[in-house]
Amino acid sequence: MNSKKPAGGSNIPYSDDMDPNNAISQQLRAIYQEIESEAIPDRFLDLLEKLDAAEASQKRGADK
Amino acid sequence: MLAALPSLRAFAMSLVRNSHNADDLVQDTILKAWGKQDSFEVGTNIKAWLFTILRNDFYSKMRKNGREVEDKDGAMTASLSVHPEQYGAMDLLDFRKALDGLPEDQREAIILVGASGFSYEEAAEICSCAIGTIKSRVSRARNNLHETLKIEGEGEFGPDKNSIATTSRAFMH
Repeated sequence: MNSKKPAGGSNIPYSDDMDPNNAISQQLRAIYQEIESEAIPDRFLDLLEKLDAAEASQKRGADK
Repeated sequence: MLAALPSLRAFAMSLVRNSHNADDLVQDTILKAWGKQDSFEVGTNIKAWLFTILRNDFYSKMRKNGREVEDKDGAMTASLSVHPEQYGAMDLLDFRKALDGLPEDQREAIILVGASGFSYEEAAEICSCAIGTIKSRVSRARNNLHETLKIEGEGEFGPDKNSIATTSRAFMH
């Protein structure tokens, strides 16, 4: 096996860095998607809600 | 902004070596983005804009605080559960370690392009560098991962025979 070529006689061209079918790309996405699939922590939902409320009250203030 | 949060968190986890710090970074990014929402051009990519803010914030904190606060293993490795029954779980763990072992610029590049779904052009913009630089970092990252995983898969010190078989199988596709 030679590190310059994909192992196992794969015909995936090595120069194609992000071929969606190769093992590295698949594993990279699997890890990333595992984190993405976690529920958004409450602290962020609370924060966004507060920011929305702050913006809404600013707008009300500006309209007066 | 809500829609971009899961991906933003995943990116933060890849930069920061501690999941609590990663979420702090995301929180600071939300606040910063809110503070300068006037500078966001409607119709441009909000996800790329948020990633840029997060990345800049991360590197300015790094310059200020140094690296001693980081854990040895990356947040990606530390924060994720392993499901042994899941096909390929062992080689995923090896993969995470290999990913954590990459130089920062390479890890960032391969994650932005290979996992976050950005084009080379967008990734270059987020990292404020040339497209060619991103391409070469991604390519070096891939070479390094290949090399590391091959060594781990073929070495005598692998966790067990099953994981070696799994690692090898992953490269046979």
